[in-house]
This record gives sequence, structure tokens and C-alpha cells, in this order.
Amino acid sequence: MSSCVINSTRASADASLEARIRHDFPILQRPTSNGKRLVYLDSAATAQKPNVVIDRLVRYYREENANIHRGVYDLAERATEAFEGARATLARFINAERSAEIIWTRNTTEAINLVAACWGRHNLKAGDGILLSQLEHHSNLVPWQILAQQTGAELRFIPVTSDGRHELEQLDRLLDGTKIVALTQVSNTFGTITPLDQIVPRAKAAGALVLIDGAQSLPHMAVDVQALGVDFFTASAHKMCGPTGIGFLWGRYALLEAMPPYMSGGDMIANVTYTSATYNELPWKFEAGTSNIADAIAFGCAIEYLEQIGMDWIVAHEQRLTRYALDRLFALEPRGLRVIGPANMHARTGVISFIFADIHPHDLASLLSSDGVCIRAGHHCTMPLMHHLGLSATARLSLYLYNGEDDIDALIDSLEKAARIFKLA
Amino acid sequence: MDDFYREHILDHYRNPRNFGHLDAPTITFADRNPLCGDEVCIELLVDDNERVLDIRFSGKGCAISQAATSMLTESMRGHSLSEIAQWPKEHVLDELGVGMGITPARIKCALLGLKAVKSAALGQIARWPDEQA
Repeated sequence: MSSCVINSTRASADASLEARIRHDFPILQRPTSNGKRLVYLDSAATAQKPNVVIDRLVRYYREENANIHRGVYDLAERATEAFEGARATLARFINAERSAEIIWTRNTTEAINLVAACWGRHNLKAGDGILLSQLEHHSNLVPWQILAQQTGAELRFIPVTSDGRHELEQLDRLLDGTKIVALTQVSNTFGTITPLDQIVPRAKAAGALVLIDGAQSLPHMAVDVQALGVDFFTASAHKMCGPTGIGFLWGRYALLEAMPPYMSGGDMIANVTYTSATYNELPWKFEAGTSNIADAIAFGCAIEYLEQIGMDWIVAHEQRLTRYALDRLFALEPRGLRVIGPANMHARTGVISFIFADIHPHDLASLLSSDGVCIRAGHHCTMPLMHHLGLSATARLSLYLYNGEDDIDALIDSLEKAARIFKLA
Repeated sequence: MDDFYREHILDHYRNPRNFGHLDAPTITFADRNPLCGDEVCIELLVDDNERVLDIRFSGKGCAISQAATSMLTESMRGHSLSEIAQWPKEHVLDELGVGMGITPARIKCALLGLKAVKSAALGQIARWPDEQA
């Protein structure tokens, strides 16, 4: 039962899909607090939400709210069906073999923590290798640091170049003795696409498990977890037009089944006495307590929305816009603008980091804000990477399906204004 | 925010006063804003009566934090540590000329230097000067 009513074709038939998509996002129709058009270029932080997702949340609370998996009355059965239906939608979207391989979490961070805690503590011993890259978000770094401290395992890093590309010359040496490889599929700082096709087969040949942080990839490209050949995949709904507070872990069934529970309590049990308990089957073994029912259901709706637009269309649209944005930013190079990240369009997504002469990224983001332009400034939760490359902060724009060339033009106009205010040559 | 970046702020950003290090500081205190990574280090030379004789600061950050700290250092000589420890946030905001109009996201930038200076005077980490009692 598809519970998501998609109705994105109210605009006239000759309007472009791009215009119709923007019409689906109510926040993009609202002026900013100082009366400007909202130019939202921070989708790598969180994406905006289309009407269908917002309406689905409201409809659940208005018409279907009941606790799942317990009630036998009609309302509870409908809530359970919608909740498990969203899991099936996600399983199909990432081509999981079974819905039971999808564990709901709060976000990508919690999914990575789950693997580090439940797989890592029981399978790693002193001297085992944990291989990351120098590009990782703190979320795919700190859980492994803690695991290494607990087990005596050793952290290793695939180095990256000054333009944010992976250096694989030493990969075989790094994989020797490595038990798990945990990599982001797309860098949240530079937009680099990790060359998984070169890394995963060698990691598997070396006997390591592979976990993918898909927070920045799943919103922007088709992902087939079986074709990737990995063991764990994690992502968050809120970066792909879904609500905050819901994300997931996908794992191979046999691996998940062998892992102990994460949190414990209600819903994750099979049988309980005063002194012991047996655990529920997958996926509920990992979902203690009342789940985030409404947000999971609305996440399913967000996936159906993206599928209706088409991931191929989204990839092509973002590639075209990224090319346009890079060309316009490169034109400001004589005034001191520098883009940091891969220049090869096939190796990157629409996450673009840059610095502009001696204007600190925070000042730049403040100045752009007064024109309604939203960009991110700072270390992007990759402090070791910034330090490694000798940067203290960058400005970052990030694109999504609802952006257009007019957004880039507004950004460039605002950058030129900042250059005047800072009296750049 | 456009009108915050006036001439005097840009001047202090690009030519910070009292920037660098003292040969033999009496007190050194380093602080940072974990939200944005801005860093500031305060070095004070004080006399036997705990009055500030000289000051230097170092660090990195945005125009607002650098200019605010630069201006602050210009007003410290001759004041006692106990006076400085009592300085309210207006001591910096009035000098910057941004008053209460600064956005919540940026007020920590303006106040990082003052927090560091008050911490140096107190000998322990001071509260954020805009923290509600």
C-alpha cells in the first residue's frame, strides 16, 4: 500500500520539471525575515522538505496515530502497516535483499555507533586494523577512536591529496591486518566521490568488512548495496527530503543476526523473566522502545518522492548545476577566490568548498545571509582534515534537486558585494 | 549584517593592535569557540598591584572576533584585574558599534576575546559574558 500521495504536477504542463520541483517545497516560496528570496545552498547540512512529506507527517498524527507491533485494533494495525511499509520502501530503494536487514536509527551517527559497539567490541582485538580515510566526518571517526581505545585496535587512514582525492598507492599495506573499513561515499567537505569500485574489492579480498557512511551520497545518487559489495550502509532521512530524527543501518542479515543488541528494553525482546530475556528477531532486536513511527513513515514518503523525480534526473541536474557553479566561482579567482576539492566532474558531487581572499568564512556567511543566501562556514565536522590541509575553515555551498542557476547567480552577486564591503581589489 | 563591517572593524581585522607575544607575560590564557573554531590567546604583564602594564593577543578567527579582541586590548592598560573581571558585554559591543543588533549566531564571535580576557584576570574560565544568570 503506497501511503504517500504525490501531487507535484499542479503547475502548467509546459513548466519545466525544475520549476515544478521548487513549487513542491513550501519554505522556498517564503521570503526570508528581511524580505529576500530564500536561496538555500546548505542541503548537505539538511535538505528542505516537500509538501508531500510534511503532509504525510501531519496525516499520520491526525488519522493513524497508534503504537505499533502491539495493538490488535484497526488503528494500530494501520500504523504498523505504514511503519513496516516504509522499511520495505527503503529496502527496495537501496536494493537490500530483505527488509529485515534495515534497522531504524535516529541518524547516520547512531547507525555507525551501533556497528562500532555491537560488531566492533565483540570482533576486534588488540592490533587489529580499523581503516578510515582522512576525509571522514567526525561521525565516522570518533566512534572508531573510542572502539580502538576499548579494544586496542589500531586506526589507519587512507591519505587524501590537497584537492581532496584519495591516494590508494599504499592501500594493500593499509589493508594488511585490517578487520573493518569505514568510509564515506561522498565527502561532506569537498564533495569527493570515494572510488569504492577500487577499494571495496581489495578490502573484501583482504578479509575486511566494509561500512559505508552514505549520509551525503544516498540523497544524490542511486545506491545498490548489493552491487557495492559492502557489509553495512548508513544514512539519514533529513538530508534526503525526509524528517529529522530518523536514519538507518543496513547490514548483511547473517552479520546483524550474530551481533548482540544495542539498546535494550521494550519491543526488542522475545521472552522476559525477572532475571533474563531472549531477544526479538531482526530487525526489531535493534529497535528498543517505541520507534520514531511518524518520521519513519514520512521518510518512506520522501523516498517515493525522490523516486518519482528519478535519481538519474537528480544526478544529471546536480552535475549540470555543479559545472555552472564551478565556472562562475572560477571567474572570481583573480579576486582571490579559491575552490578546494576535485576538479574532475566525475569524481565529485555538488558540495563545493571555497575560500575568498582574506574574508573569513563566517564573515562571508553572515554577509551572504543578509541577501537571503544560506551557505555553511566552518570546519564542517572534519577538524582533522582541515588541520591536515592547513585550513582553519572554508565556506561551503551544497546543491540539491530544487536549486537552479538563479540560486548560483544570487550567490555570485552576493560574493561580489562581500568583495566590495571588504574592499578586495 | 552588512553594516557591521565598517571601516574601523576591517582596519582592526587587517591591522590588529597588540597582536603577538610578550617576552615574559605574567598571565597567559588561551580560549576557543568550539562552534566555529576561533582561537584567541591572551598574554598579560601585570604589576604588583595587579594592574595591567602590557598586553598581547594571538589567534585566528573572523573579522568580528579579531577586531573585538584588538579593540579590547587597547582599553586594558592601567586597569586592575578585578576591574577587568567585572567588565560587561557592552564594554566590547559598544566599542564595536554593533550594539544589540548582532545576530545570536555571531555574538559569541564578538565576545570570545572578552571571555578570554576575563578568564585571564580571574585565573579560571569565565562564563560567556552574554550568559543569562
